[in-house]
Amino acid sequence: MRLRFNLLFGGAICLIILTLGVFAPLFVHHDPILDANLMNAELPPNADFWFGTDSQGRDVFSRVLYGSRVSLTVGIVSQLINSCIGLLFGISAGYIGGRWDEFVSGLTNVMLSIPSLIFALAIMAILGPGLGSLLIALGLTNWSWTCRIARSSALSLKSQGYVQAAKTLGYSDIRIMITQILPNMIGPILVIGTLGMGDAILAEAALSYLGLGIRPPFPSWGSMLTDARELIAVAPWAAIFPGIAIFLTVLGLNLFGDGLRDYLDPHMRTRKA
Amino acid sequence: MSAPPLLEVRNLHIDMRSGQERLNVVENVSFSIGAGETFGLVGESGCGKSITALSLIGLLNRPLAVGQGEILFKGQNLLKMNGSELRRLRGNRISMIFQEPMTALNPLATVGRQIAEMFVLHQGSTWHEAERKAIAALAQVQVPAPDKRIKNYPHQMSGGMRQRVMIAIALACHPDLLIADEPTTALDVTVQAEILKLMQELCDQRGTSVLMISHDLGVIAKMCQRVGIMYAGHLVEERAVADLFRRPAHPYTHGLLASLPVLGQRKLNERKPLQEIEGIVPSIAAFPTGCRFEPRCTRASPICRDAVPGPSVLGDYSFVRCYHHG
Repeated sequence: MRLRFNLLFGGAICLIILTLGVFAPLFVHHDPILDANLMNAELPPNADFWFGTDSQGRDVFSRVLYGSRVSLTVGIVSQLINSCIGLLFGISAGYIGGRWDEFVSGLTNVMLSIPSLIFALAIMAILGPGLGSLLIALGLTNWSWTCRIARSSALSLKSQGYVQAAKTLGYSDIRIMITQILPNMIGPILVIGTLGMGDAILAEAALSYLGLGIRPPFPSWGSMLTDARELIAVAPWAAIFPGIAIFLTVLGLNLFGDGLRDYLDPHMRTRKA
Repeated sequence: MSAPPLLEVRNLHIDMRSGQERLNVVENVSFSIGAGETFGLVGESGCGKSITALSLIGLLNRPLAVGQGEILFKGQNLLKMNGSELRRLRGNRISMIFQEPMTALNPLATVGRQIAEMFVLHQGSTWHEAERKAIAALAQVQVPAPDKRIKNYPHQMSGGMRQRVMIAIALACHPDLLIADEPTTALDVTVQAEILKLMQELCDQRGTSVLMISHDLGVIAKMCQRVGIMYAGHLVEERAVADLFRRPAHPYTHGLLASLPVLGQRKLNERKPLQEIEGIVPSIAAFPTGCRFEPRCTRASPICRDAVPGPSVLGDYSFVRCYHHG
């Protein structure tokens, strides 16, 4: 039962946030950008504005919901890019070995030794702010863990009987990597991917907070925190609610990732059975 | 055998290279397999049987490599082929079955897909076509309800069933040569007999030649027409199966046959322990310069220590490498 709790609870949080983000127009009755009215500025939470309003009188609830679209897009897409790069490098390095392996391992170590947020910051500085550059910056800087896991899995899978058998049956190396090696390492890669999404969402918040993310007036959780910085004493709700949203999403993803790891680990499964 | 053999191995040397060192793992091995023939390769663990088999399909891994020799398959030298030519041959013209049916199948793909993949890979079939052929292939290896079984994953099948699937995969493209590397060692005895019978029937029907690698002389006696005995990387004797069991020529073969337990025999022999061959196989780094069996041999004489005995011809395709054979 304990095993399932993380998976289900984390999954439920993620699903709720995803639903709220995707169907945001159904849940809000104020436009997150256009319904700015200085008469309503800095109102505490009430029946009309559930999460209160910000300095320009915009509904914080609707901005949090719409902001989740940016956070989730960044989390999912940039982690997909990371996973693809990591898998491509990791599997080929582990399977082919030799010089290529040395090169990839070296590159991975270099990537690991540079703080990824600083690296992303540098890329953002070159590309300029915006959703596209966020995806690229975060997608290129956080693949080292995936790569390491993929490489070590490929190394151990390479000596499995069925990989050897596939060779004697005339499979090409690329076919072996796709049909024999990739499916057999997908568990740990999924886990790393889910945890990485949480990281990407935090990184997006950090970059947006520094003014390098989404351009105002479009809402993202990070940029909402920046805007709310000056109001922290008078209108704390403008900072608290996007903060809670980030916290819940990352918590949900991490719980889900942990649960997934436990669920996919055959040792844990046999203990349960 | 007047027609040229399907496979001819000539003076095959396989080296293990580490740094400057070169160790002869397999030395001067020659044999041939005719079309439709079953050739057995016998020897204890580590004598070079499996390595010889792997070299036939170009899959020796470092530090092992073919030093010299020729491997002619249908007249073409396999050692001169490039990677993609070899790949087209593997699984298609030369196929292989392994000892461990538990690990030789991908645990995450249905057996149907793994059989079908062979048709897609080597015959350019569409997946739809290939699935139909996979059902037929599974029916041929006598798996009941093949149309349902193709949706099974390997862990849902028994060891015997999995080995049948392996046979279906290996024989899918009607190869000319099947290499069976201890195909029944991991199975229990009743299943073993069924699998051997099935292999024999299918290969007879299709005229497939078989290279049967085993350390089980019973299996060899049942399946093969001719046998080669390997000891420490040398092919020490090659005979027709009946001759080998009736009149073994090499002292090592003698020893092997004498160490076979026969049911009830021990009681007749006043409970004498089973005869064994004294000593152990020398390590690769310390092979004797002469006959490699010399340190363990009861007939050894000084000449055995100095030079590797050449083949003494005993008849058509039979020889023994021993100074004191008989």
